[in-house]
Amino acid sequence: MLQTLVERFPQFLLKTSAYRGQDTAVIKREGLLEMAGRLRDDPGLQCDLLMDLTAVDYLKYGRSLGSAPTRSTPSPLPYYMKPKPTTEIWERAVSNETYRFDVVYHLFSSVYHHRIRLHVPVTAADPVVDSLTSLWAGANWFEREVWDLFGIRFTGHPNLRRILMYDEFQGHPLRKDYPVNKRQPLIGPTT
Amino acid sequence: MNAQMSGPPDTTKLNWMTTRLDAALGWARKFSIFQYPFVTACCGMEYMATATSHYDMDRFGAGFPRFSPRQADVLFVVGTISHKMAPVLRRVYDQMTEPKWVVAFGVCTCTGGFYDNYATVMGIDTIMPVDIYIPGCPPRPENVLDGLIKLQEKIATEPGTTPKAWSATGVPEDAVRRPGRPPTEMPTGPSARPPELHAPHRPESHL
Repeated sequence: MLQTLVERFPQFLLKTSAYRGQDTAVIKREGLLEMAGRLRDDPGLQCDLLMDLTAVDYLKYGRSLGSAPTRSTPSPLPYYMKPKPTTEIWERAVSNETYRFDVVYHLFSSVYHHRIRLHVPVTAADPVVDSLTSLWAGANWFEREVWDLFGIRFTGHPNLRRILMYDEFQGHPLRKDYPVNKRQPLIGPTT
Repeated sequence: MNAQMSGPPDTTKLNWMTTRLDAALGWARKFSIFQYPFVTACCGMEYMATATSHYDMDRFGAGFPRFSPRQADVLFVVGTISHKMAPVLRRVYDQMTEPKWVVAFGVCTCTGGFYDNYATVMGIDTIMPVDIYIPGCPPRPENVLDGLIKLQEKIATEPGTTPKAWSATGVPEDAVRRPGRPPTEMPTGPSARPPELHAPHRPESHL
């Protein structure tokens, strides 16, 4: 699977990795629509189902205690847990400073029963990727959710509005710089 | 006899009569609770367990849920309330006719529970007066029945012929509040948000 991608799209791939049967490809955002279209329509791939579409904010990745996978756990692990090996830490192909977000796509082939995950790094200054609603109608709500919670825009989306929060909400609450205790109620006190 | 009939009414007897009427009204009301279950989350399962035949809320006269707030006496707020849902809940409360009571069912409605984030209302008493708090995550049916009995006691001892202390215009004076929490300004009147924002009607928002 990954070998096919490496042969066909060397110009778009930043990194590929396979871990415990999970194939992951980090790609440039210019190639997203073309790669996704080929993954869906190619007879040898036929990834016809968009299982998930989400985003990751790497603003504080590895810097705070809560998101630092390299540090040892503050409390001793219970007897049934093993310490996390360092190979499980996700190393990005790009720097977290430049590319703050990853848009993550999970594709599944109902014909071949294989899966692939696509990471698309985007910058904080220009958080825009192409919309996949032309390929999968189900991407509509996923992309609205990502826009609502992360503030990543999708060009070509027919109706890019908030889906979970209300229209009057300011900001994007799943960004790591959104204050945890900030309240924006429609009615009632603000604290 | 004639002098008594033409004179002013005996105020002591009137007072005595009014008190008895309150007691009769309270007795009647406490055994005919028409409830409006506003069920949003997992507490609803415990509510259903309490309402159905095993625990049988109907023993207390509360076995008849009305799914129109205009026909309901008691608003059961069962489950987490988000800020997006809060105007809807407030509108449901405003639609209920007096006399009305509110039960906060579960810790999410009492305090926000373990949620402390951008989305959750930290206790429904920030947006409406609450009569009975039923803690628990979720509360056991016995706990719910205990709260229901306490609500019955409150209904029975409440003056039935005089309007309740809170009105649509201001802060409820006798609302049960946690100590330490300042009274809340109810956002009504022209200074609040325009009414079309209170419960946004977006029939095509799914498209």
